[in-house]
Amino acid sequence: MTNDKIIIVKDMLKKFGDFVANDHLNFDVHRGEIFGFLGANGAGKTTAMKILTGLSKPSSGEITVAGYDVYKSGDTIKRNIGYMSQKFSLYEDLTIAENIRLFGGIYGLSRKEIKKRSAKILTQLGIEDMANKLVGSLPLGWKQKIAFSVAIVHDPAIVFLDEPTSGVDPITRRQFWDLIYDAAQRGITIFVTTHYMDEAEYCDRVAILVDGKMIALDSPQQMKKAYKKQNMNDVFVELARGKRFFEKAPNNK
Amino acid sequence: MLPFIFLLPLIQTLILVYAASFDMKEIRLLIIDKDQSTESRNLQQKFIASPFFVTEIRHEASNAQDVIISGEKHAILYIPKDFEKSQKRQESTELQLLIDAVNQQAAGLINAYTNNILRDYSGNLKLEQGLISEKNLSPINVQKRYWYNSSLNYKHFMLPGILVILVTIIGTFLTALNIVREREIGTMEQINVTPIKKWQFMLGKLTPFLIIALFDLSLGLLVGVILFQLPIVGSLVSLFVFALVYLIAAVAMGLLIANEAKTQQQVMFTVFFFFVLFVLMSGIFTPVESMPQWAQAFNHLNPLYYFMRAIRMILLKGSDLGDVVPELISLGILGTVMFGVAVFRYRKLS
Repeated sequence: MTNDKIIIVKDMLKKFGDFVANDHLNFDVHRGEIFGFLGANGAGKTTAMKILTGLSKPSSGEITVAGYDVYKSGDTIKRNIGYMSQKFSLYEDLTIAENIRLFGGIYGLSRKEIKKRSAKILTQLGIEDMANKLVGSLPLGWKQKIAFSVAIVHDPAIVFLDEPTSGVDPITRRQFWDLIYDAAQRGITIFVTTHYMDEAEYCDRVAILVDGKMIALDSPQQMKKAYKKQNMNDVFVELARGKRFFEKAPNNK
Repeated sequence: MLPFIFLLPLIQTLILVYAASFDMKEIRLLIIDKDQSTESRNLQQKFIASPFFVTEIRHEASNAQDVIISGEKHAILYIPKDFEKSQKRQESTELQLLIDAVNQQAAGLINAYTNNILRDYSGNLKLEQGLISEKNLSPINVQKRYWYNSSLNYKHFMLPGILVILVTIIGTFLTALNIVREREIGTMEQINVTPIKKWQFMLGKLTPFLIIALFDLSLGLLVGVILFQLPIVGSLVSLFVFALVYLIAAVAMGLLIANEAKTQQQVMFTVFFFFVLFVLMSGIFTPVESMPQWAQAFNHLNPLYYFMRAIRMILLKGSDLGDVVPELISLGILGTVMFGVAVFRYRKLS
């Protein structure tokens, strides 16, 4: 294990029957960086993330997360990661405080520690007076922010965010990214998938996936320079179009 | 959800116990009296006086079938001409009894009630005619006594059975639905990325439904005692110990089904299938001993069978845990195996 590489993926393949969702992916994620996974819907982002979080088994490949092999040490990895799914997934019929207590407890935090961290989360989000509100009664943007805070309640080495900002307004998205930066400052590695190209600009490095293949991996600045584009959106369009035109068309159809 | 969990069992107990009664009252009987004699009227009186029959007398046999087909009458008793005359001559007489036997259970009861009245009538007749003396009215005199349910109260037999169904719905159905719902809304995925142990999660699901079901059992017993004078002959401790073991099996069954089902719809379908099968085979209506061998063998895998047997033994007979040890052990093994398989089959994948 190399100390500054917190995720090492070699030749990761995931097939569902004949369909190849992840086509021999190779990449590393450095400790402490914000790593973006970009791609259209169905490009294989969520599949890859599920393999890294232990929710799905790869068909083949060598994968190490937080220094542990995903085949052998699934539960150890789980102790060291946080996860926030595309579907909102706190318990809506529990209050904010109860959700924090539940997940804090599952991660083995002591009562005292849970209390301390709850207070910190509530203060950070500015919702001290809403601790006993049912999560189901809150607007989506709030739920997302709370879900993120709960996902890192146990100070994981890495947090995986699967399209965390889909469906929320631009202001909330901005606030959400403030939370992400804050977590990164605390030394938590961020692995985030998105299909918002403006969000890609916030990442230290981004990988672009098209049809299960990784076609680019670099910092946004380098990518824009290499493809001579103003923003990541144009880079993505260029890459995705080229990919479809040159590789997919002659072989498959 | 909370009122649903506590109110429905109450309603279920109240309605089902009454509805599942096999007692027959108000049998609609048509007597066609072609004789119109003193004797035929004597016989009619017997039926009119009986609390079980609502009797109508006609003198014409026309369209007799129609009243049965339309459901207007349950049975027709046909008294032929010369009914009295042949009795005077001390000849034997034939009556015709037609019964709607679509529901064979009801038909059997109508037959038995009618025969009782007729036997009574003909016995008196022989007595009047001096053919027999009072002493040997009936050659064998049986003194019968019904033990454990002396008044043959069908409600006392059914109520424990209904309680079994009730706790099964909570234990199996709610558990399975709860887990699959978590899978549908996504909280399950969130749980699956945590380091929680499989048995911890399963135990966490088991416990609340166990408590709710035991609470509902108490509630049902209370309703039974207050409204149906259900006798609680045995010890409640025995009953609740047995219920606890049963519920582990019932909840484990729910966990097993939830593991395999992907949607709430699949859960509904699967639970319903097993539920109907297990309930009907458990002996709730019909004695298990009269089922074919293969069915009795199958019942060893039917958790409801053990509880159905034990709850009646404990409540009505006053059996204690010692009397139901074989059932308790079998059920315990069944529950442990099912829970074990449920934990084993549970995959912490999305």
